[in-house]
Amino acid sequence: MRAIGSEFQKVFTTRMWWLLAILLVAYVAFLAGGLGAFFGWAIENPDAASRAGGSTQLPPGAQLAPLLYSFASSVGYVFPVLLGALAVTGEFRHKTLTPTFLAQPHRSTVLGAKFASELVMGAGFGVIAFATSVASGAGALALFGLDSGLGDSDTWALVGRGILAMALWATIGVGLGSLVPNQVAAIVIVIAFTQFVEPILRLAASLNDVTASIGQFLPGAASDALVGASFYSIASAGGTQTLDWWQGGLVLLAIGVLATVIGGATTWRRDVQ
Amino acid sequence: MESGIPIEISGLSKQFGHVTAVDDLSFTVEPGRVTGFLGPNGAGKTTTLRVLLGLVRATAGTATFGGTAYRDLPRPLTTVGAALDANFHPGRTARNHLRVYATAAGIPGDRVPVVLEQVGLDEFADRRVGGYSLGMRQRLSLAYTLLGDPGVLVLDEPINGLDPEGIKWIRGFLQGLAREGRTVLVSSHLLSEVQQSVDDVVIISRGRLVKTGTLSSLELDAAPRTIVDSPDRPSLAAALEQAGLAFTEGRSGFIVDEPDPGLVGHAAFVGGVELSALHRLKSGLEESFLTLVGEEVH
Repeated sequence: MRAIGSEFQKVFTTRMWWLLAILLVAYVAFLAGGLGAFFGWAIENPDAASRAGGSTQLPPGAQLAPLLYSFASSVGYVFPVLLGALAVTGEFRHKTLTPTFLAQPHRSTVLGAKFASELVMGAGFGVIAFATSVASGAGALALFGLDSGLGDSDTWALVGRGILAMALWATIGVGLGSLVPNQVAAIVIVIAFTQFVEPILRLAASLNDVTASIGQFLPGAASDALVGASFYSIASAGGTQTLDWWQGGLVLLAIGVLATVIGGATTWRRDVQ
Repeated sequence: MESGIPIEISGLSKQFGHVTAVDDLSFTVEPGRVTGFLGPNGAGKTTTLRVLLGLVRATAGTATFGGTAYRDLPRPLTTVGAALDANFHPGRTARNHLRVYATAAGIPGDRVPVVLEQVGLDEFADRRVGGYSLGMRQRLSLAYTLLGDPGVLVLDEPINGLDPEGIKWIRGFLQGLAREGRTVLVSSHLLSEVQQSVDDVVIISRGRLVKTGTLSSLELDAAPRTIVDSPDRPSLAAALEQAGLAFTEGRSGFIVDEPDPGLVGHAAFVGGVELSALHRLKSGLEESFLTLVGEEVH
């Protein structure tokens, strides 16, 4: 518990957490609010929208409200990953592993404390992100008199699962940071994988049944399965397979635990110079 | 305060790949005294201290605090305070830096203002460390070592980067800590930097122990010698050989193993060699130290 308390203090005594939180809010508000307003306008004015050349028809079965709210995790998940990764790589970068390991020589305790504290931080980021997406998304829908789904318990179940997804993403960040202690490399990997590599893999995998069954285990796909809605399921060509929500959660948890355990047994045990 | 316990290094070796940084090193550091851990840069001092503190794994041998390895100490920061490098998260204040580690070590938070005042940083405690001078960072490192009021202090180059006032302050400070019965081990690559504050010395070179004992025992080791130089060094060398005097060539002339410059001058006279310098080599601690670690002095 002392180690976990110390890790929380580390997070809250520097500026990184709220810088990332501000970016998260801005990004999610922009997408959820902006797309909510666009779809709202397009549904209200189908003729004008089609004249403008937009294909505004949502696929059947896709509901607008959960789609908008899920932006919190479907695009916002990169922020808890970064926070978790920086909690580990920052120690290498600023050479603070020395005082850290002097105060707590049992290194696995330190890494375990990072895992636990970042799980909570990720959940906190989830609360912030979903508050933002629900507020801006529901606001945009209300503007056009559309159903915000806030009275529906399914919506709140989605929010709850989304917060869990964000928490698990932060632990994946911890695992990544312990595998790749170089801070710049870790950030590049997070951005490249989440923004380019995985979206492309998911699209490519969805083209074929065999690859689709593998593609559903990609972390982003597992996360969307856990949350239960994502614009990816609409953007991809159809024929997508998804896991059950609990399977998606287990995939994320397994990735986080596995990466942290492997990192903890390798780079984390090395000599501290 | 916990009582001071001895630091025991026994048969310690550490290899990085094919490079041997520490080679079968053994020595003991006693409580109640300030011990200087000396050697040139790259001699293996920092590696030895890092092994002692459980940060680097030894290839062979042991390094303990009264028989207990660092990671097996029940309350490490309360037994040992160590400052290895003045590295901090630049965005964190000094006070928060200390709080983070006090929490991790289970040390009550009210120790933080106490140690900040002890090292004279209380005024600057709420500034981000990124704006600190090297001297202030050294003081913050020292504050970290004092958090648990430990009986053993291990400080790596604590004087590096301090201004003259800071050097004077730390000398008194270390002596005070030792007088309270603590074990104080201070590393330095310069004997002159610590000779006014240490009681004992442990000198290593190229990873091996070359001398351990009291500071005054080092003084006795320094046998007086003579320095002689000539515009025509080959002839001088021949003349010295002729007279049966052993010597080595240094930057500013030959260093002759002979305390009497008169005898050396006579040898040159006999050989008909013109001299440009002839004087007794002042026997100082620094010379003695540098000779021990195999560095060229003159």
